[in-house]
Amino acid sequence: MRARIFSHARRGLTRPKHRSPPALRSVQHPGIRAGSSLSQRPDAQFLAFPGAVKSAFTSSLKFSVPNEYPAMETYRAVDQHGEVVDRSFTPDLSDDKVVRIYKNMLLISTMDMIMFDAQRQGRISFYMVSAGEEALTVGSASVLEKGDVVFCQYREQGVFVERGFGLDEFMNQLFANNKDPGRGRNMPVHYGSAALNIHTISSPLATQLPQAAGAAYALKMQRAIDPSIPPRVVVAYFGEGAASEGDFHAALNIAATRSCPAIYICRNNGYAISTPTLDQYRGDGIASRGIGYGIETIRVDGNDIWAVREATKKARELALQDGGKPVLIEAMTYRVSHHSTSDDSFAYRAKVEVEDWKRRDNPIARLRKWMEAKGIWSDAKEKESRESIRRDVLKAFSEAEKVQKPPIRYMFEDVYEEMTPELKEQMAELKDHLEKYPGEYELAEFEGGRDSLNP
Amino acid sequence: MANRFHRLTLARHRRLLDSHTRYYASQAALASTPVRRLNVPIEFGSTPLLHHTAKTLSKTPGLPSSGASSRLNLFQAVNAALRTALAASDRVLCFGEDVAFGGVFRCTAGLQDEFGKLRVFNTPLTEQGIVGAAIGAAAEGRKPVVEIQFADYVFPAFDQIVNEAAKFRYREGETGANLGGLVIRMPCGGVGHGALYHTQSPEALFCHVPGFRVVMPRSPSQAKGLLLSAILESKDPVIFMEPKILYRAAVEEVPDEAYTLPLSKAEVIKTGADLTIISYGRPLYMCAAAIEAAEKDRPGLSVELVDLRTIYPWDRQTVIESVVKTGRAIVVHESMVNFGVGAEIAATVQEAGFLRLKAPVKRIAGLTTHTGLAYEKYVLPDVARIYDGILATVDY
Ligand SMILES: Cc1ncc(C[n+]2csc(CCOP(=O)(O)OP(=O)(O)O)c2C)c(N)n1
Ligand SMILES: [Mg+2]
Repeated sequence: MRARIFSHARRGLTRPKHRSPPALRSVQHPGIRAGSSLSQRPDAQFLAFPGAVKSAFTSSLKFSVPNEYPAMETYRAVDQHGEVVDRSFTPDLSDDKVVRIYKNMLLISTMDMIMFDAQRQGRISFYMVSAGEEALTVGSASVLEKGDVVFCQYREQGVFVERGFGLDEFMNQLFANNKDPGRGRNMPVHYGSAALNIHTISSPLATQLPQAAGAAYALKMQRAIDPSIPPRVVVAYFGEGAASEGDFHAALNIAATRSCPAIYICRNNGYAISTPTLDQYRGDGIASRGIGYGIETIRVDGNDIWAVREATKKARELALQDGGKPVLIEAMTYRVSHHSTSDDSFAYRAKVEVEDWKRRDNPIARLRKWMEAKGIWSDAKEKESRESIRRDVLKAFSEAEKVQKPPIRYMFEDVYEEMTPELKEQMAELKDHLEKYPGEYELAEFEGGRDSLNP
Repeated sequence: MANRFHRLTLARHRRLLDSHTRYYASQAALASTPVRRLNVPIEFGSTPLLHHTAKTLSKTPGLPSSGASSRLNLFQAVNAALRTALAASDRVLCFGEDVAFGGVFRCTAGLQDEFGKLRVFNTPLTEQGIVGAAIGAAAEGRKPVVEIQFADYVFPAFDQIVNEAAKFRYREGETGANLGGLVIRMPCGGVGHGALYHTQSPEALFCHVPGFRVVMPRSPSQAKGLLLSAILESKDPVIFMEPKILYRAAVEEVPDEAYTLPLSKAEVIKTGADLTIISYGRPLYMCAAAIEAAEKDRPGLSVELVDLRTIYPWDRQTVIESVVKTGRAIVVHESMVNFGVGAEIAATVQEAGFLRLKAPVKRIAGLTTHTGLAYEKYVLPDVARIYDGILATVDY
């Protein structure tokens, strides 16, 4: 059987080269675009294969060797000394706004240190800091519109702060208390906000990426139906490790083919837990993949807040052009911290590597140098800001810690819009059980105690 | 027929009445003692489920008891099994996310140093890639033992598992190609604060598709023997689920030598006359504690405890024989009760032993919801729920 199929295929190969197979010719009828036909003019330099329409013929048998291509460049506007290197760059922010952005970077950095310690003391169950990535998240979010829809991975507290997420909101989620809009269900740092158009973070990696394509398509359809709606984009953040998941590739391809106004922002911080990028990919980072999917792409210095802002601003413009299209930004940075409170990164990387990096470059210090050179910042202001931010964080912390846990009933709600009879029965059984064994459970920590289980 | 039905209903009524009067009596007793008695932390240092000294090793069929042994926790036992397998056969490979530095739970610690980067290595972050590559490697004669970082993250690999690996031998037919030696390891189950995505125990999903052996050890000595069977002896691919809360908590004497424990064979941990509890993995410790409390409170009561060890294809014979003997059964597992392992066991047991049953087969399992961070304790079975189930079943 196999042999026969093979020979049949060979017979196909011996056809005269310029004649397209009859089956394909017969589908050439009006309404089918030329790209799907194999016809060509005599002596053309290009053969319009359906899958690669502008490939020139060559008579030299040569494979493309990745290393022979220069790596895609990394855009920066301001270098690590705070000096402007892009001559065409002019800051588009008032001094006040720059200071506000800077303070947001300080805020997440301060909150990170406090909450990391809080986890160590057993006050919260888990935490992830974003040290080293503050410019990337705060900077990109600072040029988005309020109506834009955002999907995050988990290390994007800067995006939340910049979009207006309050310290109380962070703390309520971290303590999974009764004021947490996630209803106490998610692990710490899995924030979400309807008001800020940020979908709740989900732990499985890269799942948000094809969702972002679909969400962007929805926004595009919405505007096609009602052009009076202001144009909006979807922004999806992810790590370079997550980009190895099938969902990443699915996302870029579907976003490209459906012309979705989505901005994909990769935080390339060199590590996925212990896995260095050398084990993660062998191509030119994540950016080179965008080209492969036909997506306009830029690589930026993720520690340069100005570069991130400029790139994201431009990306937003591009994403809304021509009826919408995806854009990929690869922001290069370094994960200064341990992966999470569950990780000790010195089990797989040398302490000096981290120390060297910290000394060489720090996104907060970079903006600070720029501000100092401009005369809008000083040691005194730095000290004052850090202290007041610290006070604010601690205040929000102790307030949230006091709040009771959500009603225990929430464990059954939102599985379906309405509780199923099966769930209602389980809830009643749980209530009976808790009444029967009151000494075995600590219900006082839950708002309303056992009574929340009443039908 | 009608007569028997009538007799049964009458008997049931009487028992219901009985259990109600007892219920109120025990209510009163409980009210006067509000201290926690059942849902106390499992005493891993004294639980009868672990070999605290080498002397008891001989009591577990299949465990070597004459040679030297070492005190290991579960992750160390997994590590020891992987080391033994890598040394025993150069066909064994170990790979997955973060495996090179030892894995996030330390199960592969030291293996790359010892066996080299060709055999023990990091993969890119793609579960479908990991399982797909493992299938290909097994198809060409390797024994890939791959790690999925958390059972919650196995789903990108579901196509490879369900449509490829599970059907591989069947699809290949006379070519004889098969995936013996392929083992997909994954930590699973609750730890108290894993919320939606670090808690799940998806064994029922794997069991629904024939083709894999689905194994879950409860202890270090079991983990070593079952994992070595899976890698070195099984002619079928194996999904090996490791209750991650036990990685550090469960410590016992583990024989140093290489040994295997049979797959698809249950272990009767404790014999009893009145009720059979069937479980696997972590809840077995709660079952043991609940049984101890119930037997103390009800002098004369004796409960049999069966560890399935392999969840599918499961040891129907051992379970059915036990339930036919005791006349009552409870199935306990962490994963959700709906369409779960308990449903399959309950159905099988009632088909095989209907006339011997004195009470309906009870399922004590995860509730039909997700494991929200603040609620895990109430979603998953605990000692009090199992204790209550024991009394309810014997009083039925
Ligand atoms: C599907 C899936 N597989 C594995 C994990 C476990 N995991 C959590 S974070 C992480 C590393 C992610 O690295 P990267 O995308 O580079 O983000 P970074 O942590 O560097 O910000 C892994 C493997 C997961 N959450 N989801
Ligand atoms: Mg990373």
